[in-house]
Amino acid sequence: MFAYIIRRIFAAAALLLVVSAVTFAIFFLLPRFAGETADQLAAQYIGKNPSPEAIAAVKKNLGFEQPLYTQYWHFLKGLVSGAEYKFGPEPATCHVPCFGYSFKNHLEVWPEMTSRIPVTISLAIGAAVLWLVSGITTGVISALKPRSVFDRLSMGVALAGVSLPVFFTGALLLTVFSYEWPILDNLHYVDFTEDPLMWARNLILPWISLAFLYSALYARLTRAGMLETMSEDYIRTARAKGLVERKVVVKHGLRSALTPIVTIFGMDLGLLLGGALITEQVFSLNGVGQFAVQAINDNDLPKVLGVTLLAAFFIVVCNLVVDLLYALVDPRVRLS
Amino acid sequence: MTDLQKTPADSAPAPLGDPFLSVRDLRIHFDTDDGLVRSVDGVSFDLHKGRTLGIVGESGSGKSVTSLGIMGLHRSKRARISGEILLDGEDLIAAGPDRVRQLRGRELAMIFQDPLTAMHPYYTVGAQIIEAYRVHHPKATKKEARARAVEMLDRVGIPQPDRRLDDYPHQFSGGMRQRAMIAMALVNDPSLLIADEPTTALDVTVQAQILDLIRDLQEEFGSAVIIITHDLGVVAELADDILVMYGGKCVERGPAASLFDAPEHPYTWGLLGSMPRLDRELQERLVPVKGTPPSLINVPSGCAFHPRCPYAALTGGRSTSEVPVLTEAAPGHHAACHLAADERHRIFTEEIAPRL
Amino acid sequence: MTDTQGATIPSPAPAPEREPLLKVTGLTRHFPIRGGLLRRQTGAVRAVDGIDFTVNAGETLGVVGESGCGKSTMGRLITRLDEPTGGKIQFEGTDITHLGVGAMRPLRRDIQMIFQDPYSSLNPRHTVGTIVSAPFRLQGVQPEGGVKKAVQDLLELCGLSPEHYNRYPHEFSGGQRQRIGIARALALKPKMIVADEPVSALDVSIQAQVVNLLDDLQQELGLTYLIIAHDLSVVRHVSDRVAVMYLGKIVEIADRDSLYRSPMHPYTNALMSAVPVPDPRRRQSGGRERILLKGDVPSPINPPSGCRFRTRCWKAQDVCASREPLLTALETGHQVACHFPERSEGNDGHSPENAPENQGS
Ligand SMILES: Nc1ncnc2c1ncn2[C@@H]1O[C@H](COP(=O)(O)OP(=O)(O)OP(=O)(O)O)[C@@H](O)[C@H]1O
Ligand SMILES: Nc1ncnc2c1ncn2[C@@H]1O[C@H](COP(=O)(O)OP(=O)(O)O)[C@@H](O)[C@H]1O
Ligand code: SF4
Ligand code: SF4
Ligand SMILES: [Mg+2]
Ligand SMILES: [Mg+2]
Repeated sequence: MFAYIIRRIFAAAALLLVVSAVTFAIFFLLPRFAGETADQLAAQYIGKNPSPEAIAAVKKNLGFEQPLYTQYWHFLKGLVSGAEYKFGPEPATCHVPCFGYSFKNHLEVWPEMTSRIPVTISLAIGAAVLWLVSGITTGVISALKPRSVFDRLSMGVALAGVSLPVFFTGALLLTVFSYEWPILDNLHYVDFTEDPLMWARNLILPWISLAFLYSALYARLTRAGMLETMSEDYIRTARAKGLVERKVVVKHGLRSALTPIVTIFGMDLGLLLGGALITEQVFSLNGVGQFAVQAINDNDLPKVLGVTLLAAFFIVVCNLVVDLLYALVDPRVRLS
Repeated sequence: MTDLQKTPADSAPAPLGDPFLSVRDLRIHFDTDDGLVRSVDGVSFDLHKGRTLGIVGESGSGKSVTSLGIMGLHRSKRARISGEILLDGEDLIAAGPDRVRQLRGRELAMIFQDPLTAMHPYYTVGAQIIEAYRVHHPKATKKEARARAVEMLDRVGIPQPDRRLDDYPHQFSGGMRQRAMIAMALVNDPSLLIADEPTTALDVTVQAQILDLIRDLQEEFGSAVIIITHDLGVVAELADDILVMYGGKCVERGPAASLFDAPEHPYTWGLLGSMPRLDRELQERLVPVKGTPPSLINVPSGCAFHPRCPYAALTGGRSTSEVPVLTEAAPGHHAACHLAADERHRIFTEEIAPRL
Repeated sequence: MTDTQGATIPSPAPAPEREPLLKVTGLTRHFPIRGGLLRRQTGAVRAVDGIDFTVNAGETLGVVGESGCGKSTMGRLITRLDEPTGGKIQFEGTDITHLGVGAMRPLRRDIQMIFQDPYSSLNPRHTVGTIVSAPFRLQGVQPEGGVKKAVQDLLELCGLSPEHYNRYPHEFSGGQRQRIGIARALALKPKMIVADEPVSALDVSIQAQVVNLLDDLQQELGLTYLIIAHDLSVVRHVSDRVAVMYLGKIVEIADRDSLYRSPMHPYTNALMSAVPVPDPRRRQSGGRERILLKGDVPSPINPPSGCRFRTRCWKAQDVCASREPLLTALETGHQVACHFPERSEGNDGHSPENAPENQGS
């Protein structure tokens, strides 16, 4: 088991390295293929009407004329030990972990990006709790009474939920609750540590619109998983022991049915932590998603690189946690 | 070995008082999209404590459905159950589901075919046995329950039971899993044990061990046992009485010795004739039962066996038009066939017996 | 006992001078187990661990043994669906042990396999016609009179109706599906058929139909069979010679009649006595002596030293743990791997001494 964990952690680290290399290559190599020269790249750091000397200086400082692998190496080194840049009047220190400087506002990428993380985490975690509770409950009840009115109704709603995009449900919620009946107007992010109540009040609509989509998905998954599990032989054994049905369902059925859902949940949560682009857009939340959108619009390569890596990091970590959880839950994985 | 066992003729049921389990005209039908499946269609039998009933028949003949029906495990709304299942005089079909649940695991216990899928993969073997004990002994402490589980594992022949208790099912071999299943089933001293193909998934050598164990345990606990299988060899090892099922109906029922010596029903002849046997001279050719098992949705008219029966023509058309009823052909030995008893006996002695 | 020997003569005894159709020597297959931080190989499942036998043209070799003893793996090696770790497989004198896919192609016509599960071995989305004609397409063979005619002939040969050509597998019962599987195996007129548990999934009444079909086909087409099964009664019925496997090795291989009449290896004895007999009198009269093996088959990862059966053998001596008994001929065609084989009718008077001194090498 220990070897398994260590191996998984190494694999996760290796995966991140690969992702960073690929992202790096895409963002720094592709512009060159597209005909962008190192000069043009450097020019983005200086502003309007750069002088050739300034460009040359930036190019040298940022190492744009070096081969790509050297640049990548410097990038990695920056990540673990920081870097010094001298493109402005005074030298600037890029602190560990150094993701470089923004082409546009000349700020370090990392602090700016991390300031957005609390928003995204609040959004993702809140929505996740909501959709897990509602999705799994609905799925279980549907599975226990297949073809009942509840089952048909909830699965109908779930089908709608899966097919309705967030920008539609989000906009609908906003129209109804912020404009038509302004119960929840003036939405802006308040940090949890400042005022938990306001934090929840202002996030409830984004949570609901995100969770609506996911709980629909999870309800269907849970229902399918539960239907399958409840027809397993060991459920019959549990009943043959004379267990009350509630115990059969919860202790024997749900435990197995939820295991695959944990895997999917890890994936979904990881993806969301990397930025819920549409939800953040609809509700004007300044999260990682918005950050990414801006970076792409501005063609701000260091930021794009940073946010890609951050997203990859969340996905890899969530999957790692899920794998370890899986091994914890399923003795066949743990003990083999 | 007691004297009683040494004389096979005596194995016909002596009057033992009221049967412990009495099944009367049990019918279990399922409403499906394709039509009504008549899985069990009028099965009756009696079983006394300390005795073993073997139910044989090919796959799909309704053996498992019968046993799950006795256990009250058909929960689907589409299951239509009628008849009587009298357990010690109490009708389980009329009783409420909660009453049957209380009896399940305490009075009625069951062993299933595939011991790997029948145990929960996420709980230890011990936890599952302990759970079975504590359902019906809510006052028992964890320690007592654990001690009981160790005792049972030891009884069914698992070495180092106190250590193996904490293993997961996948860490057990097939034979050990089936032993653990037996321990789980017997943990509350049930009066009736139903074993549904308990050895079909096991190797012959392990099968011999498990059959031996079931026999020993029955002698020790004096419970009634129903053993369900498609293997005539297995029933011959264990059963005192045998019930042959075909197409959801009982076609023959009688004491084991007389059923093997003088089987009355053409389907039983077919079963005996089609199996190669180690205890006989080698046959040049097996004699299969022609055709395929019947559909339980469109059960053949009259005798369900008639499309496959070589003697259907000898009954003057009754085989295809009239459902034969079980009639006593020899003491305690019933068969459902339109052939006259002496005709059957003649065919058996002249045509069938020499081939077996 | 003289009539023992008399009885063995009519069955096709292997003529030593004839070139066997299939010759297997020292065949092994080890599945690596990886573990630890670096997933290095830490051991191996010794699924098949050095087996030798021959199959002559036109005969049937039955292979029996408990589950996990390596029967299926052996079948897959012989049909080259799996790559042997060691040893040699010769088919009609050609070494096919490590032939690549391309070089194996023409030989695939000669060796065909029938699988255990008639439900999962047929693609549910293909019609019977497509399934049975697949070998023609794969091998690029154009049968005389067209594919459809050939398939319909095959269906008829296997006791199915030619009208079944356009039906789907789910419309058939288990026995009929197994017939479809057999028809597919016969399409290219193979010389040899390896059948892995061909009747295990079938009911007794249907099992007999398929056994008889296999019998008829052998008569008609002169096929050679290697039939893997765990049911000793079925194996006795279909085989000319029988090999008994235990934990990756053949422990006994002999002519069918002499093997069943006088099994020499303790394991074969135990196996046979474990078969339940449909005769309640034998139980009630207590006339049945049964050898109940203790415990389970050991793990093929760490098989016991010396004789692999010694952990469950009631005759085991010290020498059994230290020296591996080799498969040695006791009578013509009766080979046993045991230091102390049973002294029964067959080898009582005239067999060579079975003392361990003679077995070592
Ligand atoms: N829940 C159900 N709904 C509909 N049909 C069912 C159901 N359970 C069983 N059946 C049908 O009832 C018939 C008898 O089934 P049963 O499982 O008792 O057969 P069996 O004799 O035990 O066979 P096997 O040896 O394969 O276990 C079969 O045709 C089966 O398809
Ligand atoms: N792909 C594989 N990887 C590892 N072990 C295997 C594999 N296939 C078979 N084995 C092992 O090889 C042994 C023999 O298997 P098999 O030939 O399938 O047995 P059987 O006699 O039941 O047909 C078993 O211990 C099995 O677990
Ligand atoms: S009633 Fe007719 S068809 Fe049925 S078993 Fe008897 S002879 Fe055969
Ligand atoms: S060699 Fe020894 S242990 Fe092995 S089977 Fe023979 S007597 Fe038993
Ligand atoms: Mg069954
Ligand atoms: Mg196999």
